[in-house]
Amino acid sequence: MYAPAIVAEAFLNGLLTGSVYALIALGLTLVYGVLHIINFAHGALLTGAMFAVWAAHAGLGLDPYLAIPLLTPLFFALGYALQRFVIGPASHGSESNILLVTLGLAIIIENALLATFRSDTRTLATDYGFQSVEFGPLILSKPRLIGFAAAVLVTILLWLVLAHSDTGKAIRAVAKEKLGARLVGIDVGHVYAVTFGLGCACLAIAACLLMPTFYVNPRVGNAFVLVAFTIVVLGGMSSVPGALLGALFVGVVESLSGLYFGDSLGQLGIFLIFILVLLVRPTGLFGAKA
Amino acid sequence: MLEVRELLAGYGGAEVLRGIDMEVGAGEIVAVLGANGVGKTTLNHALSGLLAHRSGEIRFDGSRIDRASAAEIVNAGLIQVPEGRRIFPNLNVRENLELGSYRRGRERRAANIERVYAVFPRLEERARQTAATLSGGEQQMLAIGRGLMAEPRLLILDEPSLGLSPLFVEEMFGLVRRLHAEGLAILLVEQNVVQSLDLASRAYILENGVFALSGAAAELREDPALKQAYLGM
Ligand SMILES: Nc1ncnc2c1ncn2[C@@H]1O[C@H](COP(=O)(O)OP(=O)(O)OP(=O)(O)O)[C@@H](O)[C@H]1O
Ligand SMILES: [Mg+2]
Repeated sequence: MYAPAIVAEAFLNGLLTGSVYALIALGLTLVYGVLHIINFAHGALLTGAMFAVWAAHAGLGLDPYLAIPLLTPLFFALGYALQRFVIGPASHGSESNILLVTLGLAIIIENALLATFRSDTRTLATDYGFQSVEFGPLILSKPRLIGFAAAVLVTILLWLVLAHSDTGKAIRAVAKEKLGARLVGIDVGHVYAVTFGLGCACLAIAACLLMPTFYVNPRVGNAFVLVAFTIVVLGGMSSVPGALLGALFVGVVESLSGLYFGDSLGQLGIFLIFILVLLVRPTGLFGAKA
Repeated sequence: MLEVRELLAGYGGAEVLRGIDMEVGAGEIVAVLGANGVGKTTLNHALSGLLAHRSGEIRFDGSRIDRASAAEIVNAGLIQVPEGRRIFPNLNVRENLELGSYRRGRERRAANIERVYAVFPRLEERARQTAATLSGGEQQMLAIGRGLMAEPRLLILDEPSLGLSPLFVEEMFGLVRRLHAEGLAILLVEQNVVQSLDLASRAYILENGVFALSGAAAELREDPALKQAYLGM
């Protein structure tokens, strides 16, 4: 058995990791909830965002946190344009086509990154990368604490936008009643693109929060998205609070099973729980009834 | 106010509307009547920009709208309360009303919500209730309320009495009459022939993709062909 302080530290570290998972899961769950498709390009777009953070640091000397106000609108615009001018037109309104288009997009993005950056794994050095904060017996990484605060803040902001702004209401309206939405003058194509853009903006923020402590290579996004997909299912498809709670839960499970079964088996715990939950409660842990 | 000329529309190979000519004047109530599946909803969808027509012209206030997007048509003030209500089930009553003014009437949103609540006090009592959990009649009130939020100049109502109890149908027709008395032009699409003809000043009878009969409601009520086909007399 481990000392309580070690277990507590693993638990808190799990929350810190989970909060960034939440940002990645949010994009997936939003796009699923509104466009009713699983965006297979999500992982590749995350990888792209992480390389963008790395390149902004290596090329322009831009600090990853300072890159947030630059990359967030940029990735929003990229996501908007992808949906409006590529995915939307190429899929001719058929959902199975959209799947294939996003899959194709994933392959193109990954290979473009592979051609540009090779398959090397890169990290980015900041002076705070290894700084930590002590809470009594607990030692937590400072950049990951910052990541936690930022991720929770962004999730709450996104939730507020969806709940209270006209655009947010339009997004929720389109998710369930497209014809009604068109009859009040909502441009459904625009709402789809905004939704996709929001998903990509969340990825950009996640990338900025990850890079001070993580590495990037052309495949790195896929592992995250597999976890994010688990979160989306656990949290109940298309629920923002569900995604946040699911992500924190998954982060803790991963961290604790890493502690007890060894680092390489950390993700095994996630998938075991995933299967268990699906057997017992197929609508997800925090999901409403289908 | 609304003029339709030689309108042809359909789905894929199926021609549903084969040359529709109609007019609705300012402040008028005009009924479009016809049997199930004859193409009434198809006509409404063509008018609202939800369905691309094959040929013909639709003018609203003199400008062509047959190539306009649904959003532009809403902007112009041609508002439809669709068949089956089509309210936003996951939003609450108030949010549904707010979205009614998503594109038109946004500046006067708060005042218009109060107006809708004055017409339908039931909606105010249930302002925070999720729309999916409303009763059928309440959902119909909400659908009409959402339409009114856009400050319509011409309101299309597609079978507002569908699925309502007889008492409520009376109430619905009473409401249509009041809206008309306030000066609103209404295109009423119905299967409820007797009540619609009582309410409307003119009517069109859709059969086989064209208007088989049209004219003043008072005259149509006495038309032997119509009596036989729709009233079983
Ligand atoms: N999206 C669609 N694709 C193909 N055919 C359609 C579509 N919508 C309607 N139709 C067909 O077009 C015809 C007219 O349908 P429409 O809904 O306009 O009838 P309606 O007069 O409104 O009937 P009701 O009184 O039952 O509402 C029907 O034969 C219907 O099956
Ligand atoms: Mg119909």
